[in-house]
Amino acid sequence: MDALLRDYLPIIIFLGIAIGLAGVMIGLPFIAAKLKPDTEKLSAYECGFDPFSDSRKQFDVRFYLVAILFIIFDLEVAFLFPWAVTLGENGVYGFWSMMAFLGVLTIGFIYEWNKGALEWE
Amino acid sequence: MVIATIAFYLFAAVTVAAATMVIASRNPVHSVLFLILAFFSSAGLFVLMGAEFLAMILVIVYVGAVAVLFLFVVMMLDINFVELRQGFLQYLPVGGLVGLILLVELFLIIGGWVSAPQASQVAATPIVEGVTNTRAIGQVLYTKYIYLFQVAGLILLVAMIGAIVLTLRHRPGVRRQSSMQQLGRRRDQAVELKKVKPGQGV
Repeated sequence: MDALLRDYLPIIIFLGIAIGLAGVMIGLPFIAAKLKPDTEKLSAYECGFDPFSDSRKQFDVRFYLVAILFIIFDLEVAFLFPWAVTLGENGVYGFWSMMAFLGVLTIGFIYEWNKGALEWE
Repeated sequence: MVIATIAFYLFAAVTVAAATMVIASRNPVHSVLFLILAFFSSAGLFVLMGAEFLAMILVIVYVGAVAVLFLFVVMMLDINFVELRQGFLQYLPVGGLVGLILLVELFLIIGGWVSAPQASQVAATPIVEGVTNTRAIGQVLYTKYIYLFQVAGLILLVAMIGAIVLTLRHRPGVRRQSSMQQLGRRRDQAVELKKVKPGQGV
């Protein structure tokens, strides 16, 4: 347990440095730089124009479909990691158990391919 | 060990603060970003408990995929930020009930911990020394818990088919590429040779 956490010590140090550096970079201009806020500084520059509408408008639902199909295969891959590590111990039974799992998901994959869910039009 | 304790309190505080900001912030997009922060810091808590594999899966699956999905949902809903506040009283009874149930469960856990402090050590599966987290999961998941594993696969299949059935709409009149048709074309279907006599034209 202790040894495991010791392995993660560099990550904690790295995280601390990253947060500290980011804080310094954001905080330093408030102390060191000359601040002269002006509305003209925030306005659109030269031939740029103000946005016509909110950028967070509605998306097409197809983005959602692609994202959810990605998540499902992401989870499938997550199941593969412990299986790959213990393949030698689990033997044939463990191997075919994963093959059945992959087979079920391959049925879904063939279904979505045939339905054209992966095509963008 | 001191660093581990400091890290625990840091991660726990960030998790609670980020979770509060998820429900407190006005902009739903900011809520999702705080949710990502909450996921990250709970991954840190998982590492501190020794559950490395779960921590990495939390980062990969939840932060990578589910947070993107939440962002899509937020952006697809066309949320009016003013109207969003109005439904608060309407959903208060249901939300209050769920919160109450969670509170009772929390008190049950704390009560069990106070009345029988040694029970949690019996119930918890001991971490075997020298066996990594991923290996410990792999040793039981694919053989001992094979039915649950296959059910997980079936649930993923249902989710996949459900998402396709619910959201797939083919627009009429869109000309799609058909590689089978392209490759199946022969020369006599594509090109026609005509004898043209001199001076007459086609």
